[in-house]
Amino acid sequence: MTTQTSFPGAGALRETGKLCQLGIDVVRTTFRRPFQLREFIQQSWFIVSVTVLPTALVSIPFGAVIALQLGSLTRQIGAQSFTGAASVLAIIQQASPIVTALLIAGAGGSAICADLGSRKIREEIDAMEVLGVSPIHRLVVPRVLAAMLVSVLLNGMVSVVGVLGGYFFNVIMQDGTPGAYLASFSALAQLPDLWISELKALIFGFIAGIVAAYRGLNPAGGPKGVGDAVNQAVVITFLLLFFVNFVLTTIYLQVVPAKGS
Amino acid sequence: MGVEVVVEGLTKSFGKQTIWQDVTLTLPPGEVSVMLGPSGTGKSVFLKSLVGLLKPEQGKIVINGTDLVRCSEHRLYEIRKMFGVLFQDGALFGSMNLYDNIAFPLREHTRKTEAEVRRIVLEKMEMVGLVGAEKKLPGEISGGMRKRAGLARALVLDPEIILCDEPDSGLDPVRTAYLSQLLIDLNAQIDATILIVTHNINIARTVPDNLGMLFRRELVMFGPREVLLTSDEPVVEQFLNGRRLGPIGMSEEKDTATMAAEQAHADAGHSDGSTSEDVRGIIPQIEPTPGLPFRDAVRRRKDRVMSIIHQLPYQAQQGIIESLTTEEQVRYGVHVGAPAAAPAPSPWPRQGGVL
Ligand SMILES: Nc1ncnc2c1ncn2[C@@H]1O[C@H](COP(=O)(O)OP(=O)(O)OP(=O)(O)O)[C@@H](O)[C@H]1O
Ligand SMILES: [Mg+2]
Repeated sequence: MTTQTSFPGAGALRETGKLCQLGIDVVRTTFRRPFQLREFIQQSWFIVSVTVLPTALVSIPFGAVIALQLGSLTRQIGAQSFTGAASVLAIIQQASPIVTALLIAGAGGSAICADLGSRKIREEIDAMEVLGVSPIHRLVVPRVLAAMLVSVLLNGMVSVVGVLGGYFFNVIMQDGTPGAYLASFSALAQLPDLWISELKALIFGFIAGIVAAYRGLNPAGGPKGVGDAVNQAVVITFLLLFFVNFVLTTIYLQVVPAKGS
Repeated sequence: MGVEVVVEGLTKSFGKQTIWQDVTLTLPPGEVSVMLGPSGTGKSVFLKSLVGLLKPEQGKIVINGTDLVRCSEHRLYEIRKMFGVLFQDGALFGSMNLYDNIAFPLREHTRKTEAEVRRIVLEKMEMVGLVGAEKKLPGEISGGMRKRAGLARALVLDPEIILCDEPDSGLDPVRTAYLSQLLIDLNAQIDATILIVTHNINIARTVPDNLGMLFRRELVMFGPREVLLTSDEPVVEQFLNGRRLGPIGMSEEKDTATMAAEQAHADAGHSDGSTSEDVRGIIPQIEPTPGLPFRDAVRRRKDRVMSIIHQLPYQAQQGIIESLTTEEQVRYGVHVGAPAAAPAPSPWPRQGGVL
């Protein structure tokens, strides 16, 4: 006897509620034994295999663009010596979590969503539940954890590749001095910058995994529904990630004092 | 022994579309029941509701004292371990081969060694005639094979309640006959409560102890097989005989204009799609393969039916009475050709919990 009240926006609220419910279930179920190690490793490997190459290819030009932009900007205001610090901070704190998020959602999340969606319409998920095995424990948790792990690793990779790309472009193309680049780096950047970057990546991986799993487990009727679900999962994840990034950045800048201030 | 499943006033809708409403029936413990119904009347939805995959809006489904519609998720998972479910398309795990698919429940829920698992899996695969296909992936086999593999997986934990969604669809008549026999043999061996959903008239006539039919968002009837098989209800008659003439149309409802037009065609000599003979009437039920134990359910059902026989329609009464031996007729105090009157006292001591 579930009476569904309807008012404008009720549907959206209901969906959000169910999404959060799935998130909570996943967190709870993560600690249930036995841990699905095999599935976790397979999924991690799978997500890595679909994301590593595009991430590398995206992060080089990303690092380069930031370095070039900052390079000319700092020259205009006469602060060349801070090019290194500025571009490293920009890359580590903002660019790399965002690049990671885009690829985890676009490549990893869509694959997770499509996989779970096609299992759902083939009734595999139903069959699993009827066999007394929780699909959340068995399928969703390993995927979400895999997305989180890969996200953190990718973030590290993007940071390194981005910083190297920035260094290369600044030193080779804009005649920056290697020494100044590195020196300014340690003058402004601090360890918490790296932590917040990794924390963001972890949270983004979680969100991407949950949204992909939620949309995959609830496709609206038939194979076409799976296609739509994948599409929506990617869009919803992007929106959520940019919003969460904004919130986290704001909090971080308030809470952690900038070095040298 | 199997478990009783009590369904009371169950109603299920998707959005504004009501699939069926106020469905009330009891699957007697250890007996085989069949649910008939035209395509799209919600038979699969009914099965999925019985295992808690879909939540009906109203009513209860009581198994072992637990209401599946309202119990906790944890309890639901516990109860589900009693079920073996064959889905309409088999629902095998696409990423595992047949062997792993069938072994899956054993590996998840038991601590059996790999050797024991192997023995059980191979036994079930032989039972459904899939020996030699262990290494095949579900995508590489025919629909009928998927169905049989799905059944093997459903049976691997010796369930107390077996639900089969159209076990015959995608199977040839010979395999369907084997499958019917298999289900009856299973019932004789493990005394599980079985519910089969199908449109197959042959299965409906020869397999079940109880028969029901869903049509137009309602349970038209559910009861001892004799009641439906001798029914004069137009829907039942049309369905059993596979005619176009009658209340069932290509889409669910048939309007009066179409009905009149079809009647006119039929009067003009245009065949209505059925064979000329009426297949209604009671024919003997399939027996377990010789050598297997006698089905306990048959004896229990006879007792149960004889205690309510006076409430059944006259034709059904006669069908039931005719199927009794003379000795049994004397014992129950009924005669061919005479309506059964008072509730007959049970000649055997009642067993605990059996209706
Ligand atoms: N998840 C769902 N969401 C919305 N409607 C559904 C859903 N599942 C089933 N339906 C609707 O419920 C009705 C009954 O479907 P169901 O699959 O139970 O039919 P059926 O009796 O099993 O038919 P068949 O004999 O062809 O298998 C259909 O009209 C279908 O559109
Ligand atoms: Mg169906």
